[in-house]
Amino acid sequence: MVDATSNPIPAAALRAVSKHFGRFAALKKITAEFAPSRLYVVLGENGAGKSTMLRTLAGLMRPTHGHVELLGSSDLAAARPRLGYMAHPSLLYDELSALENLQFFAQLYGMGSPATTEARCQEVIRMVGLDPTLQRPVGQYSQGMKQRTSLARALVHDPELLLLDEPFSNVDVQSAQAMVGLLGKMRDTGKTIFVVTHQLPLLASAGDEFIWMTSGQIIARTAEPVPPQTAAGDAFGSEVRL
Amino acid sequence: MNGTTGNSTNGNGANGNNFGQLLNLVRASLVKDLRLEWRSKDAINSMLFFALLVVVIFSFSFDPTAEDSRHIAGGILWVAFLFAAVVALNQTWAREMRNQVLDAFRVSPAPPLALFLSKVLANFLFVGILESLMAPLFVVFYNLNSVGPVYQLLITGVLGTWALVVNGTFFAAMSLRTRSREVMLPLILFPISIPAVLAMVQATTAVLTGEASPRFWMTLLGVYDVVFTLVCVLLFETVLQAE
Repeated sequence: MVDATSNPIPAAALRAVSKHFGRFAALKKITAEFAPSRLYVVLGENGAGKSTMLRTLAGLMRPTHGHVELLGSSDLAAARPRLGYMAHPSLLYDELSALENLQFFAQLYGMGSPATTEARCQEVIRMVGLDPTLQRPVGQYSQGMKQRTSLARALVHDPELLLLDEPFSNVDVQSAQAMVGLLGKMRDTGKTIFVVTHQLPLLASAGDEFIWMTSGQIIARTAEPVPPQTAAGDAFGSEVRL
Repeated sequence: MNGTTGNSTNGNGANGNNFGQLLNLVRASLVKDLRLEWRSKDAINSMLFFALLVVVIFSFSFDPTAEDSRHIAGGILWVAFLFAAVVALNQTWAREMRNQVLDAFRVSPAPPLALFLSKVLANFLFVGILESLMAPLFVVFYNLNSVGPVYQLLITGVLGTWALVVNGTFFAAMSLRTRSREVMLPLILFPISIPAVLAMVQATTAVLTGEASPRFWMTLLGVYDVVFTLVCVLLFETVLQAE
């Protein structure tokens, strides 16, 4: 594993970030720094602000207050080539095959000649356990296959920072474990990975840090997958049984 | 792989400074749109049926062999194309909203201009194909023959189509996040297009009847195209990144 302490610049930082939707505060003045080369597992009940935090980090949402820094820069546009994002929806064209989808998105990152791009796309599709020669359009894939193709799309340009929102939903246990193994290997090569999930047991051993969110706030960051004691009681009880 | 591919786009890569890179992105996005349309045929089928219906219904409503059919054909022609184009324009962004694919574009370093230009070009092609297929039908249904030079009709067609698709693509993107976007697009697009539609109809009628020179209306259409293309290009990034 790459030593996180050798790089003083945080991979991501939130500085007093709030995000309001009308009168509803989805994020409440979050200040946090995240060291590079680590796998962060973001946990919390529905509506805790996990996805909003990820979308804010990805630059898809502007904070109402505060600001975000990615890879040492507060210019999020400059960080985009080094950022990979996987959302809950697949972010894929249903009418195209996995390879066609990835080739298109790879072109957005200016990855070189068509041959190089195709080779990289095939490599990434194999990495997530799919067959790059599959001609079927993604719309005909199972939900699990779509999720894996979506992960491949996020990885195609080999980003330094990966933001993954529920990557294991509807994925069978075996495939999910393979995906976790892949994420662990990527972290070991220096990538910083954020995974929003409700499936803590899958990441209990692979995660480096567990970020616990409630009501738009980070209430705890733990090195072990153990839920914090909250004033409200066992807020995470339903999702942390290992 | 250690991040080099991702980093290679920093600075002079896909950030919009390199014109060649921009063209490559426009081409990639255009090819993707054409491929999607070829497989789904969402836009072209609905446009064709819609335009065909308008032509047939109008041909029943008016006497197409009457002497003054030349005077109304320009208006009917462009109204049919305008309504049919709206169908295609709504489809063009609906595709990007399915599975929230647009977010994948927004987090990429690709310049929004590439996306906009590719969408405009794709729509220009779709509407152009529609016009090429519908024009002979108009000639037959309305017993038309041009008194003025045909090349002026072609120029009017190109300029008019560009005016429709450049504005339509922009305003369709603008109405993307509204609740009833299919209704919203014509509500925004039609008033903005009034000067262009007026110029298209007048220029077409002038050529068909040969009673006046279409030059003024064609010039107006050209100026309209330049102004609105510039405005749309300049504002598109703001529209794309809006929440």
